Amino acid sequence: MQKQFIRMFSENKFIAYITLIILVVFTILLGTSIGTVSVPFTSIIQIVFSKIIPGLSSDAVDSMYINIVWNIRLPRVLLSGLVGASLAIAGGAFQGLLRNPLADPYTLGVSSGASVGAVVTIFFGLSLPVLGSFTLPVFSIIASFITIFIVLFFAQRIDRTMRVETIILTGVIFSSFLGALISLMIALTGDELRQIIGWLLGSVSMRGWDHIKIIFPFFIVGSVILMFHAKELNAMSFGEEQAKHLGVNVERKKMSILIAGSILTGAAVAVSGTIGFVGLVIPHFIRILWGPNHVHLLPLSALAGGSFLILADLVSRTIISPSELPIGVITALIGAPIFAVILTKNRLERRG
Amino acid sequence: MIEIKNISGGYFNESVLKDISFQVNKGELFGVIGPNGSGKTTLLKTISRILPLKQGEIRIKGKQVSKYSAKNFAKLVAVLPQHSAQTFSYTVKETVSLGRYAHQSGLFQSTSEEDESIIQDVMKQTGVFEYRNDPIDMLSGGERQRVFLAQALAQDPEILLLDEPTNHLDLAYQKELLDVLKEWTNEKNLTVISIFHDLNLAGLYCDRLLLLEEGRKVICDTSNEVLKRERIINVYETAIEEHPHPKVPKTQMMLVPTFSNKQEDLIITKDLLKVTEERITLKTEEPLRTMSSGVTGSGVGWYTAFVNRHVDKNYNCTDHKLEMRKYLEKNGFYPNDTVGMMTAARLSDGDYCVVEADGFSALIVVTAGVGNAVDASLGKERTIEFKPGTINIWVLINGELSEEAFIQSIMTGTEAKVSAIQEMGIKDIETNTIATGTSTDSILIGASQRGKMLPYGGTSTPLGRLVGKGVYQCTKEALKNYLKRNNTP
Repeated sequence: MQKQFIRMFSENKFIAYITLIILVVFTILLGTSIGTVSVPFTSIIQIVFSKIIPGLSSDAVDSMYINIVWNIRLPRVLLSGLVGASLAIAGGAFQGLLRNPLADPYTLGVSSGASVGAVVTIFFGLSLPVLGSFTLPVFSIIASFITIFIVLFFAQRIDRTMRVETIILTGVIFSSFLGALISLMIALTGDELRQIIGWLLGSVSMRGWDHIKIIFPFFIVGSVILMFHAKELNAMSFGEEQAKHLGVNVERKKMSILIAGSILTGAAVAVSGTIGFVGLVIPHFIRILWGPNHVHLLPLSALAGGSFLILADLVSRTIISPSELPIGVITALIGAPIFAVILTKNRLERRG
Repeated sequence: MIEIKNISGGYFNESVLKDISFQVNKGELFGVIGPNGSGKTTLLKTISRILPLKQGEIRIKGKQVSKYSAKNFAKLVAVLPQHSAQTFSYTVKETVSLGRYAHQSGLFQSTSEEDESIIQDVMKQTGVFEYRNDPIDMLSGGERQRVFLAQALAQDPEILLLDEPTNHLDLAYQKELLDVLKEWTNEKNLTVISIFHDLNLAGLYCDRLLLLEEGRKVICDTSNEVLKRERIINVYETAIEEHPHPKVPKTQMMLVPTFSNKQEDLIITKDLLKVTEERITLKTEEPLRTMSSGVTGSGVGWYTAFVNRHVDKNYNCTDHKLEMRKYLEKNGFYPNDTVGMMTAARLSDGDYCVVEADGFSALIVVTAGVGNAVDASLGKERTIEFKPGTINIWVLINGELSEEAFIQSIMTGTEAKVSAIQEMGIKDIETNTIATGTSTDSILIGASQRGKMLPYGGTSTPLGRLVGKGVYQCTKEALKNYLKRNNTP
């Protein structure tokens, strides 16, 4: 009886989408509402509508609320949502493509590249005249793209067909090398240590609409490309030869997926630092609940990843308020036990 | 359909395949065989474009394979690989649906009604429909194999390439799968190229076979032509004997194990023979290869026990084979290891002798009763009441006989028997002509299959001479005993 219910539930992906969309909206409202000053949900909705639809006035709402919601909390919440969604969708795609449940968006070394860009900016105190405070994310994103192309170039030099093992190995080697560069700068630095560590652990504090403008186009382009490759990802989960037999142009599609996933990862790391766990665990979580079909796995992961990171950010800034914890710490601290519970429960159910 | 001309290719710089050419016709079930490492899988991967072609060309429907786009190629050729990666547990239906990938176009690649009906059909054909919502990692190896077969069929291909399709399947499914493939080649004109490890399966089902050795073509011809004992021994470098299939006109290859311990050549001796009123028995330590017309263990086989049982002259039983088996079991014989004969003749009238020749010998045992003597040459229907009488002949030889030698020994033994009957003046009681035997005679030729090789058993060969002489003497002696007892009141 219960099994039947679970099956019906898993077959009906519609329910999955509805559930997760409600969760996203709810977490956005929750994240925007809670803080040192509490803002009621109705005010938030009013503010948002008045900003989006011209002509609608927000006179009824306290102007302090408008400032808090529109300039401080909402961009932060939306940014964490976008970062979470990007990492989760890229993680899901990489796991499918590399046929490795341990793969995550950082496997290719993109994050290390972005980190090197950011740490270099902090270490040398760089600030370009036009970019100002955006020097760091821009440098970081440029560094991440350079990394992708170097990694893929090397992988292709080693093995023309770019087998999965080659890609993973090349990624690991580059991550180690770039990681060592970061450690070197940390060792040499004095005053900027806290700033560097803080960035490396990941944070979405002190971010505004401009950061959203940086990540949003990459998020749209990256996720759309990945979603169009959902069937190819399904086919490649059965091995590249099998995918070829099924008619997939493996080499080309693989390159597209790697680049799209890396764009998402690079942009996410550039605006928020290396936030772990989301990209690794959210796709697993979705797979357990609704199956591995990438057509649904990718969008569902994006929704779940977004709301998960919004919640994690909420916890990180409220738990020892007024100071903040790094969000990367929170994701793992709450994520790992939840995941462990789901995994054991799932295994026990299967056996029973 | 598929033309392969002088192809060479393989992994990296090493050419596994060397100058291979052959053709496969439409609607053919084509087998590829060869020892491990002979390039079977490499050949299949080269045809399916997984591995690059170094030289030569492969044309499918007259067009070079490299000219096809990935999707068009998948619409034409489907592959059932030996192994598939299963990192994530897709359901059976999701897995099968992927077979339609090449047929779907447009940005969203949605599944059309036609796709859906094909998916349903192939799932039913392969018998996985009932598991359609189960994750594939919960299925058994054989079920999984059928899911991937369904996936390949969902591609609606004209050509199906299979790499050892019967690998994970038990006997029943092996037969079922190959029967279905055979049917599809006949009915749907599907062309199938399959790798086989099992030469017998390949021989049974394939129209033609390609035999590979170290990347080279040995022969490509009809299966009976390819599966010749000498050729298979050369290519596989192992001991093989060929044997006709009992039901299908195809050759089967039998492995010959090397563990048999051939120490003693002489295993049949007079001492093994036990004669009582009720039965004559002989048990050997090692089985004898026999050809016989007994009640149990008839035909060709290997047997260790031989029983000639006396039954009452009024013995009448509807299922005498079953009754005989029960009798053997009751008396401590294994019916499956025993050649059993029956006779109404007195066993004490019988005669046996050991005859010897250069390097081999034979024990001959004959029991005779001729109350029912018949002249076979007249072919007359019997009108008078059945009278008991049987001549049972055993010829047990210490030597190795060929198949021909067995049959020739039967002929020679029979001829000697007829000669003895004629000399004793025994007549067909109905026609009053000279009889040739009785209506229920049996013969057994058994050989130890060790010691001297005796290829022929005709009347002028050493074996034939020995058998002829021995059977003649013993039969004559047994008939004398029978006549003597019956003529003295």
